[in-house]
Amino acid sequence: MLVVGLDIGSVAAKGIMLDRGKMHRAMIPTGWSPRDASEELINKLLKISGCKREQLDDIIVTGYGRIAVAGAGQVATEIKCHARAVAELYPQVRTIVDIGGQDSKVIRVNGEGRVIDFAMNDKCAAGTGRFLQIMANALGLDVSELGENENFSEMVSINSMCTVFAESEIIGLLARGTSKAGIIAGLHQSVGRRVAAMVRRIGIDGEIAFTGGVAKNPGVHRALEEELGCQLLIPEGCQFTGALGAALLGQNS
Amino acid sequence: MSAILEDFTSIRGVSLIKIKEAKDEGQKVVGIYCTYCPQEMILAAGAIPVSLCGTSETPIADAETVLPRNLCPLIKSSYGFAVTDTCPFFHFSDLIIGETTCDGKKKMFEIMQEIKPVYVMQLPHLHQLDAALELWIKELRRLRSTLEEELDVEISDEKLWDAIRKVNHETMAVKAICDLNKKNPPVLNGLDLLTVTWSRNFSSDKEELFTMLNELQQELATNQESEANANKPRVLLTGCPVGLGSEKVIRLVEESGGLIVAMENCSGYKTLELQSDTELDDPIIALAQKYMEIPCSCMSPNPYRFELLERMLEEFQVDAVVDLTWQACHTYNIEAFTVGNLVRDKGLPYLHLESDYSSSDLETLKVRIEALLEMVV
Ligand code: SF4
Ligand code: SF4
Repeated sequence: MLVVGLDIGSVAAKGIMLDRGKMHRAMIPTGWSPRDASEELINKLLKISGCKREQLDDIIVTGYGRIAVAGAGQVATEIKCHARAVAELYPQVRTIVDIGGQDSKVIRVNGEGRVIDFAMNDKCAAGTGRFLQIMANALGLDVSELGENENFSEMVSINSMCTVFAESEIIGLLARGTSKAGIIAGLHQSVGRRVAAMVRRIGIDGEIAFTGGVAKNPGVHRALEEELGCQLLIPEGCQFTGALGAALLGQNS
Repeated sequence: MSAILEDFTSIRGVSLIKIKEAKDEGQKVVGIYCTYCPQEMILAAGAIPVSLCGTSETPIADAETVLPRNLCPLIKSSYGFAVTDTCPFFHFSDLIIGETTCDGKKKMFEIMQEIKPVYVMQLPHLHQLDAALELWIKELRRLRSTLEEELDVEISDEKLWDAIRKVNHETMAVKAICDLNKKNPPVLNGLDLLTVTWSRNFSSDKEELFTMLNELQQELATNQESEANANKPRVLLTGCPVGLGSEKVIRLVEESGGLIVAMENCSGYKTLELQSDTELDDPIIALAQKYMEIPCSCMSPNPYRFELLERMLEEFQVDAVVDLTWQACHTYNIEAFTVGNLVRDKGLPYLHLESDYSSSDLETLKVRIEALLEMVV
């Protein structure tokens, strides 16, 4: 059985190929066309695995670009895919926190890996990767550099929840000579607080997994654990969780 | 679509022409915004009640030159139509009747007063109180004398009872149609259901409407074409009112493979079990009792809504619930907490959505709705 799971996100497109016992993965920027991105990903995965297109049994697509790519294969929401992947990786987990580029979500699953409830952040960017990206720009850093540049002991709290206001708040703090490292710690705390509130609304039960690209940021990881008062499980290749879930769904169908 | 169903889509257009003719002959038109307005009183006064509740995004930008942006779209749309004079039904209305339901509407009516005479009824909110019913009875009596004066008519008890019977019958007929969806597969999808329940509020002729409703009920009851509706997740919609123009959530559910089998909102089932008691001596008391029972979230507490919901979940064999709150509607937004608990306790998936009339959030709504439908086993 050869299946591909694609997660076409707002920023990055991720692909996983399950080739009997083996797993291959690839990631590219989504760019303007989700359709092109998905084609490119499939070709990349075929190349890595040395398989042929005709050998593919199934393609499952998820992520915000899923509709545009529909026709390439079956479609499933990110919520279902994350639940499926985490059930495979950590069967003991009942709550999943996913922070991606465009949105953040909390998913409750039961013992069979079925979604029983979920919440997503609303229209605004606070508590998402997008928020961190804008703040990183304001600090003259790349979003991937935020984690290593934080200094928790110098943390200043960022009070604005709104992205636009938070941006001017940190510009003001910088002008007053506040340390960048402390501001970064404050930003991470603000994301952690925002997402933790969403987790509590859905309710914590059992262990918690943290997925999505932002889970790679140790500062947000720390802040979220602190706000929730418990440890989080982060899968290796956390940004591939959605794609993995999609591929696993394909394997089952 | 069946021919009778099609007639419902044209009610608005047809009734507009009739209303124009009726006005030319001196008949009065009274505009209403809410299910609490006792339309029987307007009928008994020989006037035509028309629904003005705004369901379109179009006039909202104009409304926002006066009203705050962060306000319920239904209120903004209603006011927008009035201030731009783009709703013919508003245009033809001689008098508008409002009620003190939510804060937004109550304060909007004050400003609307500058455009047309708006008569506001004081609706009590603690409905289990004797004093509340007493006040509401007084308010209905005040409405009666106001209408008599404004429209220069006499509203006799006899005429009131006559109107009460008509509305009771209409309600029963609409309920009979909605109840057909208890069947599996359901006979009507959500959009058709809405077309019937919403469009009927524009009819200017109760007798004709009653005939249409009965014909449709009979046709649908024997209809074998509902196979297309088989095996789809059966979704119940609750929360704020929707109409044609603000039906985006219904559309998204049905585009995503679900089917709205019932609506527990003002566009649907909320008032359909309520009948005025024709055994009483005083028609005003009969009306007051019926209207006080409406389970709108502006009532505190609001137990009948939960009883009704619980029953509907069973009877309509519901698989999932969508609870729609319009932006800045605090009462439905807060009540969503209790609704969510009730639904989850039944082991059913529940989705609370907060939205407005714009199309800016279609994508984010869609992923939530798809995920809800995926949760249906
Ligand atoms: S939801 Fe409440 S306020 Fe709105 S129309 Fe219905 S009864 Fe009136
Ligand atoms: S939807 Fe809510 S805020 Fe809007 S008019 Fe009805 S009760 Fe008021």
